[in-house]
Amino acid sequence: MVTAVLADYRGYDTMFETVVIFTAGIAIISILRRFTSADADSGSEKVYEKRPDLIVDTTCRLMIPIIQLFALYVIAHGHHSPGGGFQGGVIFGASFILIALSRDLQAANKWVPEQRVLNLAGVGILIYAGFGLASMFLGQNFLDYAILHKIMPASPIEARYHSMLGVEIGVAFTVTAIMYSIYSNLASKGTMKEGL
Amino acid sequence: MEFFEVISARFNYWVYVIIMMIGLYAMITKTNMVKKLIGMSVFQTAIILFYVSIGVKDGATIPILYHDQVHAGHHHDGHGEDAHHGPTESHGPSHGDNHETEEFGYPTRHAPDVVVDGDDFANPLVHVLMLTAIVVGVSTLGVGLAITQKIHREFGTIEENEIHDMIKSGK
Amino acid sequence: MIEQAPALILLIPFFAAIIVALAGIRLKSVCFPLTVISMAASVLSGIAILAQVVNDGVIRYRLGGWEPPMGIEFRIDALGALVALAVSVVGLLTAIYSKRQVPEETPDKVSQYYTLYLLLMTGLIGMVITGDAFNLFVLIEVSALTSYALIAMGPRRATLAAYKYVIMGTIGASFYLLGVGYLYIKTGSLNMFDIHEQLIARGIFDSTAILVAFILITVGVWIKMAFFPLHAWLPNSYAYAPTTSSAVLGPLVTKVMIYVMIRLTFTVFGADYTFGKLDWSGIVVWMSVAAILVGSISALAQTDLRKMLAFLIIAEVGYMVGGVWLADDMGLIGAIYHIIADAFMTLCVFLFAGIIFAKTGKRDLNAMDGLFTKMPLTMVGLLVGAFSLIGIPPTAGFFSKWYLIQGGVASGSWEYVIALLVSSLINAVLFFRIIEIAYFGVKPAEGHDDHHHGEAEDSGPSEASFSMLLPLLATAAILIGLGIYNRDIVAIISDFVSQFNFGAISR
Repeated sequence: MVTAVLADYRGYDTMFETVVIFTAGIAIISILRRFTSADADSGSEKVYEKRPDLIVDTTCRLMIPIIQLFALYVIAHGHHSPGGGFQGGVIFGASFILIALSRDLQAANKWVPEQRVLNLAGVGILIYAGFGLASMFLGQNFLDYAILHKIMPASPIEARYHSMLGVEIGVAFTVTAIMYSIYSNLASKGTMKEGL
Repeated sequence: MEFFEVISARFNYWVYVIIMMIGLYAMITKTNMVKKLIGMSVFQTAIILFYVSIGVKDGATIPILYHDQVHAGHHHDGHGEDAHHGPTESHGPSHGDNHETEEFGYPTRHAPDVVVDGDDFANPLVHVLMLTAIVVGVSTLGVGLAITQKIHREFGTIEENEIHDMIKSGK
Repeated sequence: MIEQAPALILLIPFFAAIIVALAGIRLKSVCFPLTVISMAASVLSGIAILAQVVNDGVIRYRLGGWEPPMGIEFRIDALGALVALAVSVVGLLTAIYSKRQVPEETPDKVSQYYTLYLLLMTGLIGMVITGDAFNLFVLIEVSALTSYALIAMGPRRATLAAYKYVIMGTIGASFYLLGVGYLYIKTGSLNMFDIHEQLIARGIFDSTAILVAFILITVGVWIKMAFFPLHAWLPNSYAYAPTTSSAVLGPLVTKVMIYVMIRLTFTVFGADYTFGKLDWSGIVVWMSVAAILVGSISALAQTDLRKMLAFLIIAEVGYMVGGVWLADDMGLIGAIYHIIADAFMTLCVFLFAGIIFAKTGKRDLNAMDGLFTKMPLTMVGLLVGAFSLIGIPPTAGFFSKWYLIQGGVASGSWEYVIALLVSSLINAVLFFRIIEIAYFGVKPAEGHDDHHHGEAEDSGPSEASFSMLLPLLATAAILIGLGIYNRDIVAIISDFVSQFNFGAISR
């Protein structure tokens, strides 16, 4: 029920909520990151080789896939149980942060480099707004999912149901990406070299 | 026991006001920037708590329709819509699947007619609003922390009085 | 397509923002054209909306196909259409201005800057056209977050000012949210128009909860519009921010918050409640008098050009809040007309200040040294803006002051009228000081001779480039146009105002 209200009745609010978190990500990048060559001003540039601790590393290796799987489950089951795009997205982003915490920020950056993070975030919002635009092109108002039954093999009510899932997936992409981006920027003070 | 009456009847208001005042106190009086941001976070949490406490109804359960409830196909009677006893008054939209069938006049497959009583569930709208508010709070906290880090990078300190002294004297 | 204009005015900058965010990092050259094109499309949609509202009345655009009060709707009436058009035009002009400035001031973050800029525009336009109270909160936060970042991208003191803005802005938005919560408890609805109907239907205007909601919402909005004494975040923020940021934030953010105040006071709570039941007009008008005087006098004391202009914004906010709370037809008309006029006036002077900073690198008033000869077109732009702020016909500023003074006289608030006149005088002093420095040169160093001065400094700044000059002159033209056509605009506004029937309010 909460997801129905969130994604359907007040879908416009949720779109802007996604925009808020996207804006926060871009804002933090724009405040902290320095892309010029003045970036290498950190005098203590001793990149020491941190050997990951055995217990921590092994535990995280086992846990992270399970966490990600659980995150996907939470996203998909937003309709029937507590869950949804935001919650699942945060869990998924947390799995990347766990890599960064257990090993090194550089190791996590190999999985989600900066450009990929931004792409993911942007694609998420485009999915959400794309559903709305599709409704506009088919003749109804923005974010009116029912008309999408013309391009989906479903009745109008089921079209709403499926669109809600699609929209939640878009939200999850954005939240995942931005959660990791906020963490990596704040932890490395914008240099993206060394984390916590 | 008038006094206890007053407190217990409006318990959620008292709690949220106290937490909000603690947050506001931290935001205004502390000179360390990170402490101010923590105060801001506490302040926003109080408001979220307040909203969620509005949605509570006597004898209601969480606003989730389970799978078998939706597809069971047996009918309850009536939509309850009015608020009831308790210190909070809330009017949420009550949900019934059969609302949507008539609305567009599209040919539909037979949708199961399930009518649920709105009184049985806590108000979902406030939960939705607070999901948004939580996200907004997290974003503002993130931006605030980023600004604090930049200030630390440029001024070398995050105590407000030290920074003011620096600006007055040297810049 | 035309009936989708209410959504398009918002969606076009929104999509442009996402595309700039995705593509802009690799292809820097795509940011600027995309911004300008999307803002131009937004202006066209704004014109379409205004035409539609004038012809057909209030536009109600339901999002998601759900009927309000369950769903969210856009509710655009004459006031909203005018302000939305003004916001998008200001956005377009500043976007053109930014072509040279943004790569200069924030060279490595061009695409992020434009993304934040377009998201700011989305948030502001969304604030104006929405009809739902909680949606308004979300959009307030979108524009607030972008403005925090746009300010914090500047040099040292800008970051500190941005921090203060974060703290105060969050308090303001949270108070607004609390107020909406109280309203929701009592009425069960979040749609602005529906809240009003519920308040009337349930007859709960006497309850304390509604009073508390009113106070919380009003104080929250006052914090965000920098109404004295809650203005402390504004001067430093707009003075030290990058020039494009202050050019886009200064005219818009405070004015849109004043629009929000009008919308909430009149559409949600109703003129009867605000001016009839709670008879606070007297107190608030005195507070606005204080705002006008504090703003103007503090502006006199400044030597930094943009800080002086920032204090003038505070005084202008005082005009508008006073005009609204005069509880009078002409006062409200004047305040609404002033929203539009002031957006362009402030844009004009901030663009001028930005050009000066870009060309001379100096921040203080002496930077205007002898500029009449070196940058004549820029000075013409300044002259129109200055005349408008002082209130000289035929610029728009004169007419807005005229309506406001009429409203003040009609409602008997002589203190307001006197404050308006005093601040016009102070503005005159401020700007004639600048014009004097620009025309005659700085006094002690060179003496009063024109040609001596012109020869002594032959490496002065040259005329501003086309991309910076075009918006300035366009704004000046708009100011004169608004002044000349003020009758037509006021006709649209008085239609809107007449529904409130001020004469029938029992005091």
